[in-house]
Amino acid sequence: MFEANHYPEEVNVALSDFLLRMADTSLVLGHRLSEWCGHGPILEQDIAMSNLALDLIGQARNWYQLAATQLGQGQSEDDLAYLRDAGQYRNLLLVELPNGDFGQTVLRQFFFDAYHFHYLQALTESGDENVANIAVKSLKEATYHLKWSSEWVIRLGDGTEESHRRMENALRELWEFTGELTTPNASDQLLTIMGLTPDLNLIRPLWEQEVQVVLAESTLEIPNRSWMQKGGKNGVHTEHLGFLLAEMQFLQRAYPNCEW
Amino acid sequence: MDTQWPLWEVFIRSKQGLDHKHVGSLHAADAQMAMENARDVYTRRREGVSIWVVESKHIHASNPDEQESFFDPADDKAYRHPTFYQVPDSLTHI
Amino acid sequence: MVAHPDLQTQFDLRVAEDQRIEPKDWMPEPYRRTLVRQISQHAHSEIVGMLPEGNWITRAPSLRRKAVLLAKVQDEAGHGLYLYSAAETLGTSREQMIDDLHSGKAKYSSIFNYPTLSWADMGAIGWLVDGAAIMNQVPLCRTSYGPYARAMVRICKEESFHQRQGYEIMMTLAKGSEAQRAMAQDALNRWWWPVLMMFGPKDDESPNTALSMQWKIKRFTNDELRQKFVDATVPQAEYLNLSIPDPDLKWNEARGHYDFGPINWDEFWEVVKGNGPCNRQRLEARRKAHEEGEWVREAAIAYAIKRKMKSEK
Repeated sequence: MFEANHYPEEVNVALSDFLLRMADTSLVLGHRLSEWCGHGPILEQDIAMSNLALDLIGQARNWYQLAATQLGQGQSEDDLAYLRDAGQYRNLLLVELPNGDFGQTVLRQFFFDAYHFHYLQALTESGDENVANIAVKSLKEATYHLKWSSEWVIRLGDGTEESHRRMENALRELWEFTGELTTPNASDQLLTIMGLTPDLNLIRPLWEQEVQVVLAESTLEIPNRSWMQKGGKNGVHTEHLGFLLAEMQFLQRAYPNCEW
Repeated sequence: MDTQWPLWEVFIRSKQGLDHKHVGSLHAADAQMAMENARDVYTRRREGVSIWVVESKHIHASNPDEQESFFDPADDKAYRHPTFYQVPDSLTHI
Repeated sequence: MVAHPDLQTQFDLRVAEDQRIEPKDWMPEPYRRTLVRQISQHAHSEIVGMLPEGNWITRAPSLRRKAVLLAKVQDEAGHGLYLYSAAETLGTSREQMIDDLHSGKAKYSSIFNYPTLSWADMGAIGWLVDGAAIMNQVPLCRTSYGPYARAMVRICKEESFHQRQGYEIMMTLAKGSEAQRAMAQDALNRWWWPVLMMFGPKDDESPNTALSMQWKIKRFTNDELRQKFVDATVPQAEYLNLSIPDPDLKWNEARGHYDFGPINWDEFWEVVKGNGPCNRQRLEARRKAHEEGEWVREAAIAYAIKRKMKSEK
């Protein structure tokens, strides 16, 4: 599907690290959203959340296929998704957090979409045309996701007393996991210098702007805590990811080397 | 409080150049949500390029009891149709 | 209730002539009641039916399978929605129908009260349960009530991939390792009889059939559809090299159909009454989703009202 591009070893390692992060992040969030299927607050939204999940799983497959190409070790998308343990997963911490109530799911989605949308937009200019192509395709989906999640954050923030209280609670739960979205790690820094990925430091103000506008309209206040959790990008996760993978990978692990 | 969202009717243009056609209904709290729900529910297989939604209560329908007086009078106006008129077979473009 | 003779005659004539009845047309009350019961029961089956398969979305063994299964279960939500919409044209609200489901007053297909114990069950459900559902549903595209027929056309169109993806899972397992083959056979063993029960009681014990046939709500009897299903499915099982768990199953040359063994109707009625392996947990899951969604639905309404008031100022 993809033709591998050739880079110096060090760059290719960073690029693979980045590709796995994109893939793992989309897959884990898609997986979390798919947990809602059959349990949504109303049929129409049950269907909407499955659409988000399907988009993200589709994106994950593209990123995994490209990662496998760049890694060049003959792995399949499923090998990468199903046969790596938590310590090898590179997803952002935010997306592995449990769904909580609908408000928490919606807010997690919004924080992610606000980053994802701007990041993908910049990624369409990547010096690697495979990356740029996936970004172009994903951006259409992320644009709709951001619209959907922004509207829900506003609706619930400015809905009833109960919904407002629940959104405040969600903010408290999630805020400390948002820093990682726009904080570059070593791979990011190298890839930015090489012109392959955008500078996350430039994405941060766009994210903040998006969040400020939507939270203000939701009548929600941005927490003034500045301490942020980190680690996902480097394989240090919350306790939740292990359980998620145990469930997701169970068949592949219990019956190794099978076709499904 | 009644938490049931109002009912909306959904009309979809399946491709450029065709009419919007009624495809079904759904529930939504407001017009914006109705539009998105319509997109999520009724265009999962690329069924449309344009969507109309209208709250069901705003639709006025003709009354089936009046069907005869409404529609039957058009039956005997065959002269409104081109086939009513005879022209020689040898002529074209008419 | 005494129907207005003209209206009743007109209605009968229309049905006899295979014309559709539309929402605002006059219809006899029992026809309306039967429709609401059947359509809502059908809708509930789609929604409850999401649960046994939903179980396996998070455990699907490949990314492709995960996406396919999620899309399929999502389709079921869509189908439930189309059907609730069709029933709503008869003047019963979705909320009312959902209340009836949660209180146990309304029924849903008892097949969904059986557990999904292995991945092969995703194959068996797609192949057999959806296969049986399609047998039931295709004739319903010509059912006499317009909105129901139109919903069924849409559903049948979308559903055509469901059975195929199930059979594809079975084929992959049947060609796979010994453990996978065993998994597939075990799933067939567990699902075969409950699937035959899906077509409902035998014709002579099905109180609603005669009227439904007369009104052209139903177009084939339960036994006719069941036989059609068995005839269609046996060669598919043979292709997979799996054996159908029925020692009495054999081709009857004279009838031109397969004969099959007796169905355990005691089990069927017990499951219908609520004593199947998963009845309680299925309903509980539905109630929980609805109750936990209450604040969301309420907030969306409150916000819509607020915004409307603002824009009118």
